[in-house]
Amino acid sequence: MTSPVTAAPEATETGAAVTRRAAARRVTGRPVGGKRRQRLEILLFVTPALALMAVFVVYPVFSAARMSLYRWKGFGPMVDFIGLDNYARVLGDDVFRDAVAHNFIIVFASILVQLPLGLALALLLNRRLRGRGLLRTIIFVPYVLAEVIAGVVWFQLLQPRTGLLETMISAVGLPVPEQGFLGTPELALPTVFVVLTWKYLGLAVLLFLAGLQGVPDELYEAAQLDGASWWQIQRSIAIPLLAPTIRTWCFLSMIGSLQLFDMVWILTGGGPANATTTMATYLISQGSQRSNYGIAGAASVLLFVIGFVMALAYQLLVLRRDTKAEG
Amino acid sequence: MCSSAVLLGVAACGGDDGGSEADGNTITWWHNSNNEPGRGYYEQVAADFEDANPGVEVEVVAMAHEDMVDRLEAAFQSGDLPDVYMERGGGELADHVEAGLVRDLTEDASEEIGKIEPGTLAGWQVEDQTYALPFSVGVVGFWYNTELFEQAGITTPPTTMEELYSTVETLKGAGITPISVGAGDKWPAAHYWYYTALRACSEDVLTDAVTSLDFSDPCFVQAGEELQALLETEPFNPGFLTTPAQEGATSASGLLATGQVAMELAGHWEPGVMQGLTEDGQGLGERTGWFPFPAIEGGEGDPEAQLGGGDAWAVAEGAPDAAVDLVKYLLSDEVQTGFAENDMGLPTNPAAIGSVSDPALAQLLEVRDASPFIQLYFDTAFGASVGGAMNDAIALLLAGQASPQDVVDDTQEAADQEK
Repeated sequence: MTSPVTAAPEATETGAAVTRRAAARRVTGRPVGGKRRQRLEILLFVTPALALMAVFVVYPVFSAARMSLYRWKGFGPMVDFIGLDNYARVLGDDVFRDAVAHNFIIVFASILVQLPLGLALALLLNRRLRGRGLLRTIIFVPYVLAEVIAGVVWFQLLQPRTGLLETMISAVGLPVPEQGFLGTPELALPTVFVVLTWKYLGLAVLLFLAGLQGVPDELYEAAQLDGASWWQIQRSIAIPLLAPTIRTWCFLSMIGSLQLFDMVWILTGGGPANATTTMATYLISQGSQRSNYGIAGAASVLLFVIGFVMALAYQLLVLRRDTKAEG
Repeated sequence: MCSSAVLLGVAACGGDDGGSEADGNTITWWHNSNNEPGRGYYEQVAADFEDANPGVEVEVVAMAHEDMVDRLEAAFQSGDLPDVYMERGGGELADHVEAGLVRDLTEDASEEIGKIEPGTLAGWQVEDQTYALPFSVGVVGFWYNTELFEQAGITTPPTTMEELYSTVETLKGAGITPISVGAGDKWPAAHYWYYTALRACSEDVLTDAVTSLDFSDPCFVQAGEELQALLETEPFNPGFLTTPAQEGATSASGLLATGQVAMELAGHWEPGVMQGLTEDGQGLGERTGWFPFPAIEGGEGDPEAQLGGGDAWAVAEGAPDAAVDLVKYLLSDEVQTGFAENDMGLPTNPAAIGSVSDPALAQLLEVRDASPFIQLYFDTAFGASVGGAMNDAIALLLAGQASPQDVVDDTQEAADQEK
């Protein structure tokens, strides 16, 4: 058995030599050929991803944009060019405007409710306490569940009269809404939001916990030595250092809320009385249900533009400080 | 094994030679009788047809209904249709005709067309030409639980709206939820309005509206008012605004099948749907009752007219003549009788009607054939776009968020976009 102690430096030496030689070649060798080779490599590795992106993202976006300029029922050639009429109809449609409003209500409610809640849970679960692993798992499990399955289960729980939730509420003598939580227009969107919070809180907690792992222990120790209370430590050290993670979570949450579809579709289908429509449910109901593919195309382009502008603005205004700091 | 071979055959056929015009001797036939005995019966029918027409080969593709609808939609988009397929009639068919996708059967199948009740056939005609042959047509009516009716002391089903209101009251008095409606899916709620419109409007006004897309007749507003009057009796299951039509035990059909409510307004498919929703596979079984939608006092519509719809066999434009022969064979006395005997639907050929054994369905058939005309479901008749807007507005009316006038206005607005 050769001594590992002697073997290791040898290996490092050879490794270093190789690197040095490679560096030398890069400097003195054929710079043009090297560059071309590098470009070829990049092209080779990036092409599959770009091709997928082109087929499944770029092409559909353009095809929806083209569709949005025609009156088209889904078959036969696209010939009935009507310019921007579809956009005028979509923007003039109360149902679509309400849908946009519902999306933005979810965007802001998520940040206002899920952020403090997720943060509080993450800070608590970051402490040493009995059953921490179990609690973490319980909070994260809803996020792992398939959205459709979670939706169907909640739909059953929320059934008027016979559902578990109403049975429990009536059992303690509280009144239940006449038409149930999902059947009452005023209550439907808040109910959907509660289910969404249950579903997505786990992701926020998980991200924040991961972010908290990145806060160096020395900072806590130093603060403790200076006599800071637990709360002072969280407020002045943990939360500020968690800011990049929070900003990233807000971005993910915003995009998710703008694209919201599955949970709404299963719980309410956009009803009752269009109280829970989102941009995505609007375009599905116009497109595949009513064969108004031009209108659905216009709605999807608007959804794309809204999402794109929001994402870009967020990148420029909020996330820039993070990317700058890294660079 | 056979079916997978057939599926592969179709895929290959669609891939290299563009489907229907490919081969005068091979015809493709899509249907949705994907379960026994229907599936086996249609295989037998295809084999018999091949024997009677030497050299002709029928490629039968049986699919679940939803799969067929999706594949047909894709087929319409690409223009590569199977030779024989199903059409639901109305505005959808008219669009397909306008796009030149469907073959005119008026001349070629005149004998079979002559056998079908003109009122039944109307939904598949465009400008007096027949483009598809209806092979199963039913009407919408109230399915009810005879046991719950007895329990509440109701001996005869209602025949007027007034009687329906008192039936609702009696049931509520006995602690029974009177009616379930899947307003979450919208069309089940819309069927109420369709029926009040059918009772309020004369046949002329309705047939006119289908072509002119003009809803200015006051009877359409009256339809909404009649529906509001029914709503005021609060007859529906709690949470009906988001109740789905047919999925699961908490759907409108599920509530009726499990004895949670006394009635539901639905089409001829209801017994089959309920069978699928109960554990014993029986649905309401012996307790199944049926009565037609009640008459409206002072309405201009015929109280015997019924709302209905169904499926028809169509032939793609450019399909070989053998495809027309197959469709004619499918409507023959022999095949329609077998169709009825296998409980696959409600035959349109009079020769087969006696073979329907289920008493509730037989009663429904009697009502269908006694009706002066059958109004195709409005959403089918007007097409998905106008029909969808109409259904949405009716669902809003049920939620108390639209007036009878709003329903007419929203429908008219969508209809004006089509003109």
